[in-house]
Amino acid sequence: MQDLSVGTAWLHSLFLGFMPEWLAVTLECLLIGVGLMLLYAVLALFYILFERKVCAYFQCRLGPNRVGPWGLMQSIADMFKILIKELISLNHIDKFLFGLAPYLVIIASMLAFAVLPWGNGLQIIDFNVGIFFLLAVSSIGVLGILLAGWSSNNKFTLIGALRSGAQMISYELSMGLCVVTMVCMAGTMSVGGIVNAQEHLWFIFSGHIPAIIAFVIFMIAGTAETNRGPFDLPEAESELTAGYHTEYSGIHFGFFYLAEYLNLFIVSGVAALLFFGGWMPLHIPGWDAFNHIMDYIPSVIWFIGKAIALSFIIIWFKWTFPRLRIDQLLTLEWKYLLPINLFNLVLMVLIVTFKWYL
Amino acid sequence: MVNIQEKISKLFPEATFEAGDVMRVTVPDAQWHDFAKTLRDDEELSFDFLVTIVGMDWKENGLGCIYYLTSTKHNTHISVKVMATGDRQQPFIHSIADLWAIAVIFEREVYDFFGIIFINNPDMRRLFLNIDWKGFPLRKDYNDDPNINPVSIENERQTDFTDMWVEEADGKVVKKERRIFAEDDFVVNIGPQHPATHGVLRFRTAVDGEIIKKIDIYLGYIHRGVEKICEGLTYPQTLHFMDRLDYFSAHPYHHCLCMAIEEAAGIQISRRAQVIRVLMDELSRIASHCLFIGTYCMDLGATTMLFYTLRVREQILDIMERTCGARMTFNYDCIGGVMQDLHPDFVKDVHALLDVIPKNIAEYNKVFTGNVIAKNRMENVGVLTREDAISWAVTGPNGRGSGWACDVRKCNPYSIYSELEFDEVVRTEGDSMARFKVRVEEMVQSARIIAQLIDNIPEGEYCVKVPKVIKLPVGHWFKTVEGCRGTFGVYLESDGTANPYRLKIAPPCLPASAVVDHITEGQKIADLITIGGSLDYIVPDIDR
Repeated sequence: MQDLSVGTAWLHSLFLGFMPEWLAVTLECLLIGVGLMLLYAVLALFYILFERKVCAYFQCRLGPNRVGPWGLMQSIADMFKILIKELISLNHIDKFLFGLAPYLVIIASMLAFAVLPWGNGLQIIDFNVGIFFLLAVSSIGVLGILLAGWSSNNKFTLIGALRSGAQMISYELSMGLCVVTMVCMAGTMSVGGIVNAQEHLWFIFSGHIPAIIAFVIFMIAGTAETNRGPFDLPEAESELTAGYHTEYSGIHFGFFYLAEYLNLFIVSGVAALLFFGGWMPLHIPGWDAFNHIMDYIPSVIWFIGKAIALSFIIIWFKWTFPRLRIDQLLTLEWKYLLPINLFNLVLMVLIVTFKWYL
Repeated sequence: MVNIQEKISKLFPEATFEAGDVMRVTVPDAQWHDFAKTLRDDEELSFDFLVTIVGMDWKENGLGCIYYLTSTKHNTHISVKVMATGDRQQPFIHSIADLWAIAVIFEREVYDFFGIIFINNPDMRRLFLNIDWKGFPLRKDYNDDPNINPVSIENERQTDFTDMWVEEADGKVVKKERRIFAEDDFVVNIGPQHPATHGVLRFRTAVDGEIIKKIDIYLGYIHRGVEKICEGLTYPQTLHFMDRLDYFSAHPYHHCLCMAIEEAAGIQISRRAQVIRVLMDELSRIASHCLFIGTYCMDLGATTMLFYTLRVREQILDIMERTCGARMTFNYDCIGGVMQDLHPDFVKDVHALLDVIPKNIAEYNKVFTGNVIAKNRMENVGVLTREDAISWAVTGPNGRGSGWACDVRKCNPYSIYSELEFDEVVRTEGDSMARFKVRVEEMVQSARIIAQLIDNIPEGEYCVKVPKVIKLPVGHWFKTVEGCRGTFGVYLESDGTANPYRLKIAPPCLPASAVVDHITEGQKIADLITIGGSLDYIVPDIDR
């Protein structure tokens, strides 16, 4: 398995050769920032096209197929369109909060990118409470949504935002408990540590029953957390037109839209990290030749491939199920998922204590 | 079977009778409310279903209303004529809103068009026209000068108040102002431009958090005055407007007016034409229910279903296009038969359709009906009891979902339906799921009807010769058919000329939209969408 940290270390020493350390670190941070922005844009464009194609095939359609071969350029064209669109300014709103809200939403998803395990040694920051940090920053998003709904001064957005608040705060509990369950298994909160703990076997296999339960709950909670169907109540089109972002236009609307897709990636990425070994290739104990072949596939491809495969499942949900009602949504969380989750945590602790894992 | 006429004349000696396709009883306004109560409550009469209220302006003979009533128990029909008291400036009739829930809306419609004030109606506002409209358009002396009611470039004036006219002890009628909503209600406008209202319909919704307290339905955004326009047209011209009411399934409406005119003119149409008409009606029903399933699932968030159902609908529209030349407004039925003969491939295409329908319905049930989320969203949501369905005159699949066997094809067969073999689908739950399932099962029954007819289309002329100018004898006729969304009625009154004196359309969707307030109370906002979608009203049909 090639270690990509060799490359980053080489770059660091190269910079140190002709500049002081503080400048080198600043420059590296800048480079990472630019790289992150680019990655963000590329991923969002890819996801938009991906979802449109997937849903088109579910619906016996072809999806975008006019701009570029197989419609590949469609999202780029859409991006340019949204960039040149006018930002309609509204009267009777809180202009500062209205402007701030989309940035809060997008910052939340961007910060989460920092701790994702992109590849072997390719992690922006790997510290001892990485997964905790991820949960913390992804909660900032709900603040942006609440602000957007409140500052728009519109009854639909307000209802959308309040629904969203109730929904995201509830489902964060489930997300958090799933993460705690898996942290139990890994014995560390560091993202790198969690990946390395799955070197011999992914947690979804080694943790068997509790890991599978946690995975299912995580996917449900993750879908709810990203406001995607069947949990897309905050922006339930047929009820609240566009929910909290009804009043937004141009790139401000685009930010919400991007954040939604990037959150989809983040949730699938975290699921890949917790249950499918992050960037770790598929290793099966005893099958040395197989494991060796798997190591030849670059770690970046492993991670992104897993994330996209999991996103596909979430997209599949969205285009199959009808939407839940708000009280049913909260019932599902508080009366079913949460008790199951608590029980599951106990189960996992027992398994770890008695070493019943594979 | 009790003799209705004898019984009524015993109880109300002042009533006069007039024979016709439906017996017409005339009673003075002073006795009307008591008479209506007797008609509804008497065991032997039990006329519990108010089909429609036809407002009439007989010029110098005064204004009045004709009430069409049906007994769901005995399957008998009666119409009651009540003349308004007072002068033309302020004519009065006593309201029957306390007896039939739907009368509130029907009386508002009459008030809107004829200016007849209904004493004791709790909500005497205009229904379709805006509140500043001058004059009452369906009166014969209405001045339609555009300068009197110019196209407004201002926002429409809105009010939170409504009027109620009550009779005081000394017989004087006075106006009282009432609030529509409580003073501190949080009122959300759902519509007119809203994806789930299926057209430009507006619900002013008072909510408490997510719970709906009251809905005030606000109509008239696409009111075109079809009834008024028809008074200036010849009979064949009036037909075209029927396509533009329920535009998702135009054939049955067209069929209804054709039958009314043919009956009035004494035209017998060929069997071939009748078979073609029934085939088209049933194809429309499948197409319409397909669209219902698709859009309803989309309202509930299951977008993919829309495409699955549109596949079948497209196939039907292709068949229609080949024969009728159009996909939406077919103009296919005409007085004397149908416009042109069937396309040579018609039989083959319909067979191909019949082959795919069972597979598709199985797929819909697999993807959607059995889904646990769909069940949670629809079961026990918006329960409409049988009594309420009748009182609100909610007919069609909605009424049948509440256990009311109201299919006109069964209880009052027209055309060749009495010879056909099919089941009336009735479910007793009365919730949104029942209304949904009734429609799915009706598709199967419609397919069954088509299968019976498709191989036995008799030879013959598709359209009989009719006079160039059609004049109907003096008289009045009322005809109902089973439209795709419920009982569709046409009241036709002729004064012997080539134009109808009055053509009243009784659409099924007006009651369906009016009942929304009643069955959403205490439910969630999301349920409004579920309930509205399950009632499947279509706005051009409501507004006309």
